[in-house]
Amino acid sequence: MVLLALAITVSAWLGEVSISRLLRGLPLAGDYIAGTIPQLRSTHFFADLAYWMWGFTDWALLLADTLLIAYVGTVLGGLAALLLSFPAAATLAPPWVVAVIRRFLELIRTVPTLVLALILVYAFGLGAFAGMLAIAVHSAGALGKLFAEEHENASLAPMEAVRAAGGSWPAQMRFGIFPQSLPGVLSYGLLRFEINVREASVLGIVGAGGIGEELYLAVRQFEYQDISAILVLILATVAVIDLLCGRLRHRVLGSVAP
Amino acid sequence: MKSPLATPLLFAFLLLVLIGGLWRMDASPDRILNGLAKLGWLVALMWPPSAGGVLPELLVSLMESLAMAFLGTLLAGVVALPLALLGAGNVIGNVLLRFSVRRFYDGLRGIDTLIWALIFVSAVGMGPFAGILALAVPDIGILSKLFSEALESADRRQVEAVRAAGANRVLAVRLGLIPQVAPVMLSQILYTFESNARSSTVLGIVGAGGIGLALADRIRINNWDEVAFIILLILVMVAAIDWMSRRLRLKIIRAS
Repeated sequence: MVLLALAITVSAWLGEVSISRLLRGLPLAGDYIAGTIPQLRSTHFFADLAYWMWGFTDWALLLADTLLIAYVGTVLGGLAALLLSFPAAATLAPPWVVAVIRRFLELIRTVPTLVLALILVYAFGLGAFAGMLAIAVHSAGALGKLFAEEHENASLAPMEAVRAAGGSWPAQMRFGIFPQSLPGVLSYGLLRFEINVREASVLGIVGAGGIGEELYLAVRQFEYQDISAILVLILATVAVIDLLCGRLRHRVLGSVAP
Repeated sequence: MKSPLATPLLFAFLLLVLIGGLWRMDASPDRILNGLAKLGWLVALMWPPSAGGVLPELLVSLMESLAMAFLGTLLAGVVALPLALLGAGNVIGNVLLRFSVRRFYDGLRGIDTLIWALIFVSAVGMGPFAGILALAVPDIGILSKLFSEALESADRRQVEAVRAAGANRVLAVRLGLIPQVAPVMLSQILYTFESNARSSTVLGIVGAGGIGLALADRIRINNWDEVAFIILLILVMVAAIDWMSRRLRLKIIRAS
């Protein structure tokens, strides 16, 4: 208890928080959010809606770009993760190889995506390509570990059978292990795609493509109504993707249930 | 699944989207090679990492990130508890209220921390205070959802026992329900803290306090050795927090 109180005091001091600041800040934040609420009157609802969503075509295109960044990033990151996950599984590879690959995966998933994006934008230039790479690298780190754990849960008997038939190590992995871990791999991949859609929506803030850039501009220029319009579109896209991926995941996992 | 062509067709479609996506992003071999060359050059410049003579300042901003993560998590936990009670089916009978409270959580957590940070920076000004609010808001959504699910899976009999002893509804929740789920809630709060410790390091990029500002600045002025040093600092902090939080979680699980 004493420790907690001490931690709160020190953090409050470091975080420059005081009750008076909080009380002053909260109404400001409230006003700000209230300012973004569009005026939608029932009498001319569609005219108001059209006025609010004036940039709809541009925004929809940028959202499509965002989805594309997330998709390509997930696929490329997932493929890299899949290649690295076999030598990272403790049951399938010698301990020193497992240790080296696991440390590497840990390293690339701990660097925040946004920091990666900042660096990659510098190397590859502004635009969606750098953002996609940042997402791919981070996903490779996160998925590699999860895939490896899936492989570790697989039965070794089919692998032995492939080995007995003269199969090389890659063949043993491909035909002995991979068919068993495929549903898990697909399910984690879909889950990662959902996360990546959210991440891709903010990459634009550092110039790495997608809807984030437009949102950043709207916030910077105090275009209150645009902020809410773009946020509503992002929320709707995220909700639709979550719903679709959830359904797909159930099907993938359901198709192998005994 | 129905037609034998379905799987190859799906693969062809997914591959087409992949190629179309790469084309739209201008992923020409030329650009990739140039980028890789530049990246190699950056990594070479990163060695050896250097604090640039301002190590104390960097440590203070790292602690500021950590403080933001801590207060943001605390604020989220405090606000999420009553919201979770409103959204739990075994506490509130009203379906309409429960439905709208749950959609409210979804809205909060559907928007990324960084977007909240942008909004709070322009609402309450630059600095760690905006960062704390930005971390807390989406976490309120996540924690409320997790808490209300934990509450719903709790054992009914203990609540009924407290009621039978003559307690009112509020006391029944306080004494019959909360103690059952407190360990689960604490461990979810610790997870949130771990995740916030990571997120808080990038909030500075949009001006919401912490180490991110220093990092973004160093990238802007091409001091790559200092960039490497700050990234290492972040990695060490994240590893330390994960380790401590794992130990605390094990303790909580054993104690309950």
